[in-house]
Amino acid sequence: MRARLIPMLAQRLGLALVTLLLLSMVVFAGAQLLPGNVGRAILGPLADPVAVAALNHKLGTDLPVPEQYWIWISHFVTGNMGISYTYRTPVAPFVIAALLNSLKLAAVAFVIVVPLSIAGGVYAAMHARTWIDKTISIAGLSMTVIPEFVSSIILILILGIWLRWLPITATAPRHADVLDQIDHLILPALPLVFILFGYIARMARAGTIDALDADYTRTATLKGLPPGVVIRRHVLRNALLPTITVVATQVGYLVGGLVIVETLFRYQGIGSLILTAARAKDFPMLEGGILTIGIVYVLVTMLADIALVMLNPRLRDGGR
Amino acid sequence: MSSTALRQPIEPAPRAQPTPALDIENLDVVYRTRGRDMQVLRGISFSIAPGESYGLVGESGCGKSTAALAALSALPRNGFVRGGSVRVAGQTLASLDATALRRLRAEQISMVYQDAGRALNPSLTIFRQMAEVFELLAQPADRAADLRALCTTMLNRVQISSPDRVLDAYPHQLSGGMLQRVIIAMALAKEPSLLVLDEPTTALDATVEAEVLDLVATLRREFSTAILFISHNIGVIERMCDRVGVLYAGSLVETGPTAQLLRRPMHPYTMRLLRCLPTPGRSKATARLDTIKGFLPPPGAIIPGCVFADRCDLADTICHTTPPPEHTIATHASRCHHWQRATEQPLTATETPIPTANHSHDIVLRGTNISKTFQIGTRSLHAVTDVSFSLREGETLGIVGESGSGKTTLARLLLGLLNPDPGSIIELAGQPAAGHAAARSQDQQKALQIVFQNPDSALNRSHTVRHLIGRALARLAGLSGATRTARLTELIHAVRLTDRHLGMRPRQLSGGLKQRVAIARAFAGNPKIVICDEPTSALDVSVQAAILNLLADLQARENTSYVFISHDLGVVRYLSDRIAVLYLGRIMEIGPAEAVFEGPHHPYTEALLSSIPTPFNESNTTQTTRIRLHGDIPSALNPPTGCVFHTRCPRKLGPICETTEPAPETINDHTIACHIPRNQLGKRP
Ligand code: SF4
Ligand code: SF4
Repeated sequence: MRARLIPMLAQRLGLALVTLLLLSMVVFAGAQLLPGNVGRAILGPLADPVAVAALNHKLGTDLPVPEQYWIWISHFVTGNMGISYTYRTPVAPFVIAALLNSLKLAAVAFVIVVPLSIAGGVYAAMHARTWIDKTISIAGLSMTVIPEFVSSIILILILGIWLRWLPITATAPRHADVLDQIDHLILPALPLVFILFGYIARMARAGTIDALDADYTRTATLKGLPPGVVIRRHVLRNALLPTITVVATQVGYLVGGLVIVETLFRYQGIGSLILTAARAKDFPMLEGGILTIGIVYVLVTMLADIALVMLNPRLRDGGR
Repeated sequence: MSSTALRQPIEPAPRAQPTPALDIENLDVVYRTRGRDMQVLRGISFSIAPGESYGLVGESGCGKSTAALAALSALPRNGFVRGGSVRVAGQTLASLDATALRRLRAEQISMVYQDAGRALNPSLTIFRQMAEVFELLAQPADRAADLRALCTTMLNRVQISSPDRVLDAYPHQLSGGMLQRVIIAMALAKEPSLLVLDEPTTALDATVEAEVLDLVATLRREFSTAILFISHNIGVIERMCDRVGVLYAGSLVETGPTAQLLRRPMHPYTMRLLRCLPTPGRSKATARLDTIKGFLPPPGAIIPGCVFADRCDLADTICHTTPPPEHTIATHASRCHHWQRATEQPLTATETPIPTANHSHDIVLRGTNISKTFQIGTRSLHAVTDVSFSLREGETLGIVGESGSGKTTLARLLLGLLNPDPGSIIELAGQPAAGHAAARSQDQQKALQIVFQNPDSALNRSHTVRHLIGRALARLAGLSGATRTARLTELIHAVRLTDRHLGMRPRQLSGGLKQRVAIARAFAGNPKIVICDEPTSALDVSVQAAILNLLADLQARENTSYVFISHDLGVVRYLSDRIAVLYLGRIMEIGPAEAVFEGPHHPYTEALLSSIPTPFNESNTTQTTRIRLHGDIPSALNPPTGCVFHTRCPRKLGPICETTEPAPETINDHTIACHIPRNQLGKRP
């Protein structure tokens, strides 16, 4: 079994690298080629053509496209993401700081949503077709369809301004301790939790219902195992496999969600970084940000894949 | 252990009536659907003494599995006991609280059901799942080593020779037969007082089935466990059970000692059921199979009189108005007003044999040295090797073999769904046919049709019967307009469907009716040859009988030839003129059906024949000694050298079988590939 695991890992890794390579090309094409004349785009339509040419030369945007790409990507892999047009300093520190901030926010959201939605889904499944199930399902569905900016504003109004339970700014004061930082992140995380809860709970519910009705669960019950053991050992293990994949794919959504939430809460995350960079036509910053998100996305999906395979002996054997 | 011992009644339960292992009294069970109670069990009563084996037979939908689940208090969520009681080892299930019920399940009852693959948790090792049983016992073995030793012993007792490998495996890594053994080992590990077996061998091949049944019989004596054995297969029940109960529409219509009940049924339904079986000796040339007219009453139907009244030939007014009381002679009981006349009822089918097709001796299909090799990575899998045969007009060639014998691959080769290896020749009506269907002429494509085991896969669920058959008529027969409608009606009637069915969609039809639609479709273009791939193995015996009759009738009328693939020898015998026995993709034996059944047999055929459980009937009282084949069919990736059967052959001669492949020898049109001289091969006693 082990012997098959390694080629599989190698294959996944290779696939991930190819995906990232393609992504980098698309990002590069989108950010650097589409605007055409970068110097003109930066300096504006009224600028002196000589100044534009000088800037283009300085930025390297007058080189042939493949060469530009090569320079950019070969620098990128060494951690050099180029120089920000806006700040005239290297991009990497900005991207990394923003990424860390976003990860903190995402982590808080996940820590809240994963246990909550799985518990909700499993609980709903165990009471399938009763009012409990219906309440959970309908609540999950309604929360999913409310756009983040609507839920954010409602949450700010209720929890932040009216009840004053949570701080309304996402960024904690300087030198705040970890708990304080987390405290500031809960409110911005909630809109994300709202959106994710419905998806994950629905998967968890469906998986659990299948597993509860499965013959092997009946076998376990008829062995005389206590219900808790039946649920934990026999039902959940099989029920939550598909849920893991859903959780992982939601990382992709999070990126989009983050942009909105971070902007609303004025939080210095990667989402707001990309937005600002796009507004300022700061292409190296934009590319660095997007490609970084791509890397995170591919990495998480791959980890989820591997976790799925490790947990499922059938896949581990390479069968289907 | 001598195999004949199995047929002898096992010593009757001790007289001093101990507490029954299972005692069911007047049990009423309902399923609640959309707020309405549907009655599925109607006041059934029976009890099983310790160490006794009790069989429940009946067709699908009669409530067998519900009875089993009720015995374990494990009804589905919408199932409720509405009356009566279930007692296991003296304890009334309804009065137990959750803890007591768990104790009872942990120590006293076990259940084995049909699909072993699904009964085990796919993400835990066999060891983990088996260990749970021991952990729940009164004196739990805590140390892992102890647990492992206990599991190993148990696996040894179910004759698993490499317990360590099995314990570390996950369910998907083991074969069906192996899994069923594991489940049986798990079920017996607690030494239960009651073991419920729900169709435990239905999903298994004939030889594996025989092996598992042997195992259950042996273990039953070792553990002196009481058994509730549920099956639709009367032959299996006959082999395994001391007493039997016949269920029909949720009622126990007849109960009694197995041999007596099957020999001298006291209920018309039992009688009818027995007559449906294609038992050895019956063939399309001698007699039609009997069928049961009409349908099972729908679940929840209110039945004022006898449950069987709508389908019974003896029914009169009293039958429709008054539920029949139980008539008992000694230990044999029947719920029928006219039980004395149960065996007198007329046959629904006329005794007149089906007119035989006039064999023109034209060969419609000939295969010469058909082989198929699949490349799997760097290795080659020889799925079919050098198969040659010919099929005449109006004849049936039966193909038998276990799963993995290459039956289905052969069917797909003939149909042109797979490309055969170079050198293989398929001729249709004397004309060579291309390997790939697309490269065959239109006529050749039309000439060959197929009926599958599972009609669902062949019928588009969203279309009506009219559309399904109509389209086939348009496509295969090129008919349109009024001629098409006329032919459609004719075809529908030929497969005994009514105009009422035309507007229905597949999901509204029962399995038997769907198979009729599939058959009608296959016959739409007047095919010369129809390949039937296990067409009845998913059906109840009465429905199977009707389908077999239908196929025989159609053959007689249209002079169609069949290639009939099945693992059920009785079914193959009924319809076939010639039979080919396949093992690991090679023909072991081929010849006239009569000769293949009467012998001399190839050792493999002999083993297959001896593994068919046959119920008693007047003409068949011979006791055949069962020949057991051990182990699974070897992998076609790595077939044995010499004679491919040598790893399992009970009559293996010696080194010659391992080194030299026996050449097929033909005497009187009967070909056998074996080193044993013809006059020393086994014959039917
Ligand atoms: S009671 Fe009447 S209808 Fe029922 S089986 Fe007997 S004869 Fe037939
Ligand atoms: S050739 Fe040998 S091994 Fe093969 S069937 Fe005959 S006796 Fe058995």
